[in-house]
Amino acid sequence: MARNKKEVEITNEANENAIANKETEGLSQGQIVFRRFIRHRAAMISVVFLFTLITIVYTSLDWRIGDEEDPFIIPGWWKYGFEDMPELRFEDCPGGTVGCPTIDAVPFIDGDGISLGEHPFGQDDIGRDYLALVMRGAQRSILVMFIIGGIAATLGTVIGAVSGYFRGFVDAVLMRLVDFIITVPVIIIGSVIGFHYGNKGAAFLALLLGLFSWTGLSRLVRGEFLTLREREFVDAARVAGAGNRRIIFKHILPNAVGVIIVSVTLLMSGAILTETALSYLGFGVVAPDVSLGLLISTYQDAFTTRPWLFWYPGLFIIAIALCINFIGDGLRDAFDPRQRRRLSRKDKANARKLESRAEVA
Amino acid sequence: MLAYVLRRLGALVVILFGSSFLLFNLAAISTDPLAELRLSDAQNKEQLILNLSRELRLDLPPPLRYFIWLRGVLGIFVGNPNFGLTREQEPVIEAIIGAIPTTIRLVTVATIVAIILGISLGITSALRQYTRFDYGMTFFAFLLFSLPIFWVAVLLKQYLAIDFNDFLVTAKISPPWIVMLSAATGFFWAAIFSGSRKRVVLIFSGVFVANSIFLTFISATEWLAYPRLGPIAIAVFGVGIAFGVTYLSMGLSDKNALKTTLLMAAVGTISYFPAQTILDSNRPRLGILGLFIVLLIVSIAGAFVFSRIDRGPIIRTSIITSTLIGLLILLDKMMQNWRPYVESDDVNYRPVATIGQSTIWLSEVSFWVRVLDFAMHLILPTLALTLISFAGYIRFSRGTLLDVLNQDYIRTARAKGLTERTVIMRHAFRNTMIPLTTIMVGDIAGIVGGAIITERVFAWQGMGTLFNKAINTFDLNLLMGVIVFLSTLAILANLIADLLYSVLDPRIRVGAGK
Repeated sequence: MARNKKEVEITNEANENAIANKETEGLSQGQIVFRRFIRHRAAMISVVFLFTLITIVYTSLDWRIGDEEDPFIIPGWWKYGFEDMPELRFEDCPGGTVGCPTIDAVPFIDGDGISLGEHPFGQDDIGRDYLALVMRGAQRSILVMFIIGGIAATLGTVIGAVSGYFRGFVDAVLMRLVDFIITVPVIIIGSVIGFHYGNKGAAFLALLLGLFSWTGLSRLVRGEFLTLREREFVDAARVAGAGNRRIIFKHILPNAVGVIIVSVTLLMSGAILTETALSYLGFGVVAPDVSLGLLISTYQDAFTTRPWLFWYPGLFIIAIALCINFIGDGLRDAFDPRQRRRLSRKDKANARKLESRAEVA
Repeated sequence: MLAYVLRRLGALVVILFGSSFLLFNLAAISTDPLAELRLSDAQNKEQLILNLSRELRLDLPPPLRYFIWLRGVLGIFVGNPNFGLTREQEPVIEAIIGAIPTTIRLVTVATIVAIILGISLGITSALRQYTRFDYGMTFFAFLLFSLPIFWVAVLLKQYLAIDFNDFLVTAKISPPWIVMLSAATGFFWAAIFSGSRKRVVLIFSGVFVANSIFLTFISATEWLAYPRLGPIAIAVFGVGIAFGVTYLSMGLSDKNALKTTLLMAAVGTISYFPAQTILDSNRPRLGILGLFIVLLIVSIAGAFVFSRIDRGPIIRTSIITSTLIGLLILLDKMMQNWRPYVESDDVNYRPVATIGQSTIWLSEVSFWVRVLDFAMHLILPTLALTLISFAGYIRFSRGTLLDVLNQDYIRTARAKGLTERTVIMRHAFRNTMIPLTTIMVGDIAGIVGGAIITERVFAWQGMGTLFNKAINTFDLNLLMGVIVFLSTLAILANLIADLLYSVLDPRIRVGAGK
């Protein structure tokens, strides 16, 4: 009996392989990766959630375009801006505090049902609406994240590619440069830059930080290029008369894109934490601009009396970083050729059906 | 091997030159030590600016100033390094030497805890792949990846220090808490030993009941307010440790190993009594050393008496057992000093400290109270650092073990009939450790970066504080001192990782073929 069961398992496995092969028949590599990614539930939930979050965050506040005096305004869905100072609310707050949140997310318990109220996340010391502040901070943080990710991805890919493709002297020089930068903790380089340039705005700060965050990626890309350049398709391309630039960008790079995408996502989730940490230390975004790290740093002492000032910015950081991490994980699984899909019950039932049909035949 | 190490050390020097040159110029360009003076309205403003410029050699461009700085630093080769003076005219090297022990203490403890916890959770997670426990661990690790360390630190301050200290005054655990804690532990263990539904329910209820009784007992005896172990508890734990360590390393079927470790449990319990007088003497450090040497000798001797085959592994097992029991005795010693510590005026019933690395008055008191004081100050920062860094170990050890378990030699080991324990602990786990060492050592540099923020939150006076001060006061010498120290640490860690790699994996020959 036991032996029988083992045999059934073996044939099942063969059939599962057959199913997996059948699914990828006639698909390009990109399509296979895309299908695998779609199937990664946590990553898909994260994609939807992050997209919603970004939409909500960026449409919440008024956009002012044009000159300071007479801007063209695209109205946001939230009534306050992060610079408005509505009256500080004194009533209904626990323990004699002021400006407590009015959000009511739990229906039925206190009767009112779900409602946002006047200041859902509460107000800060001088009455500024905290929802508007958090939204502004999240806008900055997401912006910083994408700028750092974009710059680091471009620089890291190009430098890693050149270094790995040409080897020799170019490689030695570029990799020593990487060594110089990589030995110093990011937070230190960030602080040195941020202390002086933090007041030039979040975007500029992110630009500078991006100039120092590409090192890890470039090493990975270099490693990938070192192996790929020895493959036959590169020789074939060269024999066909392709130049170096064409070989690098048209032939090798598409094969290394998995490594790049995955490590860029992880780099981005690191970037958002770096930015908040720098702002917390006082070396990042500075007032009057707002960032999530700055909000936490400003109000950490108010935690015992007015915890909401601390909770909301933190939750936004975690939500964004968590989504990015899960997306990165999904991408890694999708690009990993060794990764075989874990078959669901339905697939296993199908496999068994196939097998019993085979037995009948 | 020696040639390789020497070549790497040479490369280290080159890299240090490069990165210090880069950062010196970066820092010199982006900071302006004169900014404050320019804004001041002092009478002799011009003169002050001139003085400071001359003192800091601001007339020279940054690259030239770097070489002035470098000339002092190169004195390290003739035994006379000169890292310059800080803005307060204190030698940089003294400031750094003063700060190193604090940071090292913080980083070491956090790293060790993170490695042990992370690897054990990661391995459990891999062995239970695709179960609820595995998914839970994956989510947990990603959550920890996404946490800003300063945010966690503030939460810990509130809930584990302020609220926990309030709780310690009475040390009565309320029934809802007992139920909640027991349920959480029950879920944890039931998830680890998942199986059929009946089994899960059985394990859950067993753990739940046992834990509830245990917590009720702790609460009723006010154990948390008056912690103590005593010889009986040490004997019980000792036997537990003996069984646990033997199970993991040799398997319970190895009677010789079990006999040796049980002997060590007995010896440990007996040594508890003389240890009290030794540890209370006025040379407590010597006492600790003596205790461990005695335990070490007895465990080797015991292994020789009880074993004929497998002597090496049994000696190892018994040494691990006796070390753990020795640590229990030290823990008990610290607990004996708990009440005097808590009741003292400066601690005033608030033992879990939120600020600083020690209570200042404590120079007068006994060695053990001072140790306890250090420990209580370490708890929160260590926890914060550990939480942030051990997610990496969970993910990495899980991934590596899963890779290893798919190898052919694991199939061979299983096929020749080895027990699952031997396959996992002897064949799979050891090979998992090889790639783990690389991230372990590389991670230390990252933890040091995290320590900069942690020190700020908990007001420790370490490298992070120096670094903050250096930036805020435009102190280029101090800044460069900190950076050179930290990057040396990072590069050395990398070198050690490579060497360890070749020690653990004989297939890798460092420095060969180049």
